[in-house]
Amino acid sequence: MADKLHFSLVSPAKEVFSGEVDHVIAPGSEGEFGVLVNHAPFMTTLKNGIVRVLENGATKMRIFVRGGFADVTSEGLTILAEEARLLEDVTAASVQEEIDATLLKIQSLDKDDSARITLQEHFDYLESLKAALVH
Amino acid sequence: MPSLKDLKNRIGSVKSTRKITKAMQMVAAAKLKRAQEAATASRPYAERMASVLANLSASAGAGGPKLLTGTGSEDTHLIVVLTAERGLAGGFNTYVVKLAKQKIGELRAEGKTVKILTVGKKGREQLSREYGDLFVGHADLSGVKGGDFSESAISLGKKLTKDFEVGEFDVATLIYSQFKNVLSQVPTAQQMIPASMPAEAEDAKVGNALYIYEPSEEGILETLLPRYINTQILSAMLESAAGEQASRMTAMDNATNNAGEMIDSLSLQYNRARQAQITKELIEIISGAEAL
Repeated sequence: MADKLHFSLVSPAKEVFSGEVDHVIAPGSEGEFGVLVNHAPFMTTLKNGIVRVLENGATKMRIFVRGGFADVTSEGLTILAEEARLLEDVTAASVQEEIDATLLKIQSLDKDDSARITLQEHFDYLESLKAALVH
Repeated sequence: MPSLKDLKNRIGSVKSTRKITKAMQMVAAAKLKRAQEAATASRPYAERMASVLANLSASAGAGGPKLLTGTGSEDTHLIVVLTAERGLAGGFNTYVVKLAKQKIGELRAEGKTVKILTVGKKGREQLSREYGDLFVGHADLSGVKGGDFSESAISLGKKLTKDFEVGEFDVATLIYSQFKNVLSQVPTAQQMIPASMPAEAEDAKVGNALYIYEPSEEGILETLLPRYINTQILSAMLESAAGEQASRMTAMDNATNNAGEMIDSLSLQYNRARQAQITKELIEIISGAEAL
């Protein structure tokens, strides 16, 4: 349909979402932005936060992303996220469990281990995910 | 002529070998399915990222970051050889190493300095004999569980980006086994740094001039490029893992068949030997009876 926006959200692990929607609101590094159909070509980096997919004015889906890029072209919106999870799939308890496991892993590594930085990023992501769930 | 007991022992040992290879084949088949899914699932991300980057780099031109344009010289080459942690996978590791050796030979003939970074134990073992003095590092994949390579890929990517920035090398090439399908894995050499654009990059140019960038084009390129390298490594690792399992499955299937054939021929030999012995005993009894 011509009046729908093609939106796809992919993470390295899988294609999280792909389909036609009305409106997407994403957390850009310079502030939140909304994308409707026929948006001008636009590219930005993202910060940790919630990508909201709106259909008929109501929120249809909320996806929590960590870092990445949004690319708006004439074909639609593509979000490349480092990590992405559907908010409805996670619970505060399961996130807390992961936070604890990650923290243990971080502590077991040397200070200058490059894997530590990666884990730290993952940890920050989980922390902000937890914060988002509480709301 | 081996005795009956020897033959029986040999049949027994080949039979247990067949059991092992059969089990390995089945394990590989199960793992292959998962690895293949992971490899397929990571493709959209890598493809999208390549097309986004193609868009950007087409407009960035010559003034872009070093990761894109290179250092200006190409004297020092880093070859990253990605192989499996385990053997018994047919020619899987050997083919990758062969391509690596060929590439190293070519570069050296041109008078370039070559450094080697190995990922996976098998490649290191096979290359150490000839090129052990060129090794600059090794990444171990044995700790990876359940096919989750993202951590290893990111830490390797970060290491490469860092080494490149301090001028350890000018060009980095990744040599890995590309997973075409279960029956064919193609050893591939892919240039990672400076980032090489996919061939279809030219088509993606539409509407560059109108692009709005936030925060800025350079800012985006700077964050995107290291990620692009990580992504390339990750998808190479996933493809390699899938290829390894596919290759092992085929190899073990062959081994199981061969063991079956061997058991057949040994059983035939065993039965003949047994029959010969019975006949001999009969002759002995009959000739004994006749002598009476």
